[in-house]
Amino acid sequence: METSIFKLKKLVPKAALLMAVAAGTVLQGCSKTEGGATGTSEAVSSDAAQAVYVAPGKHDELYSFLSGGFNGQVSVYGLPSGRLLKIIPVFTQHGENGYGYSEESKAMLQTSHGFVPWDDLHHPKLSRTDGQTDGRWLFVNGNNTPRVARIDLKTFETVEIMELPNSAGNHCSPYPTNNNEYVIAGTRFSVPLDMKGGTNDVSLDKYEEEFRGSISFIKVDPEKGDMDLDFQILVPGFDYDLANGGKGPSEDWVFFTTYNSEKAGTLKEVGASQNDRDYLAAVNWKLAAKYAKEGKAREMPANYYHNKIDKDSHIAKSTVKKKVRYLLPEECPGMMYLLPAPKSPHGIDVDPSGEFMVVSGKLASAIPVFSFAKMQDAIKNKQFDGEKNGIPVLKYESVLKGEVKEPGLGPLHTEFDGKGNAYTSMFVSSEIVKWKLKDLNVVDRMPVYYSVGHLMIPGGDTKEPHGKYLVAMNKITKDRYLPTGPELAHSAQLIDISGEKMKMLLDFPTVAEPHYAQAIIASKVAPNSTKFYKLDENKHPHAVKKEADVSVTREGKNKVRVKMTAIRSHMTPDNIEGVQVGDTVYFHVTNLEQDWDVPHGFAVMGANNAETLIMPGATQTLTWVPKKAGVFPFYCTDFCSALHQEMQGYIRVSPKGSNVPIKFSTGKKKQNIPGVASTK
Amino acid sequence: MKAYQKMLMIVASLSLGLLFVFPMWKIYLKAPQYPEGLELHIWVNKLGGSSESVLQNFNILNHYIGMKPIHAASFAELQFMPYIVIAFMVTGVLVGLVGKRKLVLGWTGLLMLAGAAGIVDFYLWLVNFGTNLDPMAAIKVPGMTYIPPLLGNKQLLNFEALSLPALGSLGIFMAITIAGLSYIFSLRNQTINPVHEKGKVAVA
Repeated sequence: METSIFKLKKLVPKAALLMAVAAGTVLQGCSKTEGGATGTSEAVSSDAAQAVYVAPGKHDELYSFLSGGFNGQVSVYGLPSGRLLKIIPVFTQHGENGYGYSEESKAMLQTSHGFVPWDDLHHPKLSRTDGQTDGRWLFVNGNNTPRVARIDLKTFETVEIMELPNSAGNHCSPYPTNNNEYVIAGTRFSVPLDMKGGTNDVSLDKYEEEFRGSISFIKVDPEKGDMDLDFQILVPGFDYDLANGGKGPSEDWVFFTTYNSEKAGTLKEVGASQNDRDYLAAVNWKLAAKYAKEGKAREMPANYYHNKIDKDSHIAKSTVKKKVRYLLPEECPGMMYLLPAPKSPHGIDVDPSGEFMVVSGKLASAIPVFSFAKMQDAIKNKQFDGEKNGIPVLKYESVLKGEVKEPGLGPLHTEFDGKGNAYTSMFVSSEIVKWKLKDLNVVDRMPVYYSVGHLMIPGGDTKEPHGKYLVAMNKITKDRYLPTGPELAHSAQLIDISGEKMKMLLDFPTVAEPHYAQAIIASKVAPNSTKFYKLDENKHPHAVKKEADVSVTREGKNKVRVKMTAIRSHMTPDNIEGVQVGDTVYFHVTNLEQDWDVPHGFAVMGANNAETLIMPGATQTLTWVPKKAGVFPFYCTDFCSALHQEMQGYIRVSPKGSNVPIKFSTGKKKQNIPGVASTK
Repeated sequence: MKAYQKMLMIVASLSLGLLFVFPMWKIYLKAPQYPEGLELHIWVNKLGGSSESVLQNFNILNHYIGMKPIHAASFAELQFMPYIVIAFMVTGVLVGLVGKRKLVLGWTGLLMLAGAAGIVDFYLWLVNFGTNLDPMAAIKVPGMTYIPPLLGNKQLLNFEALSLPALGSLGIFMAITIAGLSYIFSLRNQTINPVHEKGKVAVA
C-alpha cells in the first residue's frame, strides 16, 4: 500500500496523459508490468537516447570492465551503449567455455586450500603507463580466498592468478602504481598469523593481542606482466578497506582506509563503529621497496599458489611458493603514517593532480579532503598525535585541506573528471553529488536508483580522466526493470558529466553484483585484440595439426587418450571403439580453423563435466569417465557452420576387460576434406 | 636500333620481374559472413591471399559443394612458370643488347603467346574446379556449377566472386607494350635513314 502511494507521488509531475494510461491499466485490473508501468524515473532529457545510441554495426567509444562481485567474473560492456560484450571467467568455473573444468585451466583455481572454484571479485584495475591506463592488462581481486588475477586484454582471458599468504578478505586490492611497479593488496579481515604461513588456533577473545593485517606488494614484469609477491608489510589488526595510489607529487605513496581501529572481534557492526575516528594509512611504497631491498625484510615460511597459463600451450601450471618476505612498520621509520579519518571510512580516492586525498566516511556527515603538501609538512614538523603500534599518527587538523559540508548521506567513493570536479556516490541518500575540488562546494546532485555503491569515470582514478561519462553501480534494483522473481539484476546508470549539470542517459542491467569498474578508450585495446591462435605456434603436447595425425591410444590399464581435430563440419575421428567402463578418457581436441570467430565446442553425453570451447588454433581437453557400457554421442556445441548439426560422432564403451580393440575412423572412404593445417 | 630503343627493350624484359614481387591475379570473395572478405592471390610461383591461412578457408567453404581442395602442389605450372619468366627476361635483355629489330618483334610475339596461353590455362583450371564436383557433396544445387569468373564478378550462392588481374600481370602488360614501342620506334629509324637501309647497313 505504502509503495503504491509512493509511486503515485512520484508520478504526479509526469504528464497527465501518462497518469491516465496508468490509471486505465489499474482500472482494467491488469498487472502493472503488462500495462507498461515504469519504475521510479526522473525526467530524462530528450536527447538521451541519441547520446547512447550506437547504430547497428558501429562500435562503442569505450570498453568498460565491471566486476561481477559474487560471480567471480568480469563483465565487459561497451559505453555509452551499455551493451554486454563478454563475460570473462576469473575465479569461478565457467561451464560455458570449460574454464576451470578443462584439464588445461583447472590449475588456475588451485590454492593452498585445494581447488577453490569460486570467489568474490570486487575491484578491477587497468594496468598503467605514466599514471594512465595503457590497455595491456586488467588486475582483479578475489576477496574470499585471497587472490589477485591478471587478465590479458589481447585475448580477454585470465592468464595468471596469485594467491596471497597472511591475508584474509582480500578486499583492499589490487592497486597498481603509476607504472605497474607494484600491484598492492591489503587485507580486510585481520587474522592471528602463526608466522609460518597459516593462522594460529587461538581463542577468538584474543583479537586485540593476536590478530594482524598485511599489505602485499606484488611486482609486475614490465614487459610480460607476470606477477611475483615481493614482500608484505605486517600492519596493526584493523580492517583495511580500500586503497588508491598517489600521482604526481604523491606518486611514491599509497593510501589505505581502515576501520575497526577498535579491534573488535565480534559484532563489528557495533564494535567497529565506536571510535569517532579511524585511520587513513599512508605508505611510502618506494621507501618500503628500498627497505625490503636493503635487508630490512625478514623471511617466514609460507604456502601459497601461483598459477599461470603458458601462452603457447594454453596449459595452466601451478607453482607452490614456500616463503615470503615481510617488513614491520615499527622497524622502518618514515615508511608508514596514520591520518585520523572520520568514523569507519570506506573509499579513498586521490585527485588527478595527486595533491588531494578524499576520504568518504560512510557514517560521517562530511567528506574530509586531505592535502598531500600538508601531510609532507606535518611529517617534517613532527605534528604527531601519538602513535599506534609504533606507527606515528598525524594530527587531523595538520593534514586537512577542508571538508565537503552536507554532501549527502553515506558517502562511499569519489572519482574525478580532470576539470576540477569530484563526484561522490551516496549510498544512503541514493545520489551522485558533484563538488568542486577548489572550494569543496557542492554544485550539483543527481538521484540514482537505488543506493549507489561505486561510481566510475573512465580514467577517473588516473592522472588524465576521460571526463565525459560516469557510471553509477547501484546495489538495489527493485522496480527498475521488469520483475524476474526474488532475484533481480543489479542496475547500472550512465550519466553525462560533460556539462555543468549532470544528465541521466541510460539504465542497464548488469551481471551478478558489480562493485568497482574501469573503462578505457576502445582504441587503446581493440587494435591489439587477437583474432585466432596460430596453429603453427600451438605447443600443446597433445595437439594434432592435421587429420592424418589423429590417434586413440590406451596408456596403461585404464587411461585412453584421444587426440582429435575439429574443423567445419566434422570431427576426426568421429567413430571411436575400444573404450571400457571405468577408463579415464582424455579428449584432446584441436581446432584446426585459422579464421576469425570459428570456435568449435565439444561435449559428450553423461560427462560429469562441462563442455569445452576451443578457439581456432588451440587445443583443449575434456575428461570423461564412462560409467556404463553402450554408445555415447559427442558433438560440436557452437553453431559453427551450415552443417554444424552434422558435426557429431559416437564413442562405443564396452564392459571392463572386454576384447573390443581400439579403433577409430572418420568417413567410410577417403573424401575431400580440407583437414590441412596451413597453406605452407 | 638506337641506344634508347635498346634501353626500352631491356626495360621491357626487366619489367617481367614484377611477377616475382606481386601476384598475377586476385580472386575476391564476399559474403554476409565475411565482411572482411577473402582474397586468393595467384602468383607466378605460389598461391597466397589476404591472410596466411586463406587457402584453408577457401577449401573449407568449397568442400561443402564438393569442389576439390586447392593446394599449391596440384599446379605443375607454379613449378615451371618461374623458369619461363626468367628465360623471357634473360633473352629479352640479350635481344636488347644485340639490338635486332626482328628479334624484338619475335620476343614480343612469343611473350604475347605465352600470356595468352597462361590465361587459357587459368580458365581451364577454373572450369575444372567449378564443374568437377564430388557427387557426395553436402550441398548439391541441380544444374549449378561454380566456375569462378575469369574477369569481373559473378554470384556463386552466398558468395560474390570478383576476379581481376593484379600488379604482376601489369609486368607482362608493360613488357609487351614497351617492347612493342621499342619495335615501332625502331621502324622510324628506317624511314628517316633510307640510305642506310638501301646500303644494307645494319639497322641501328
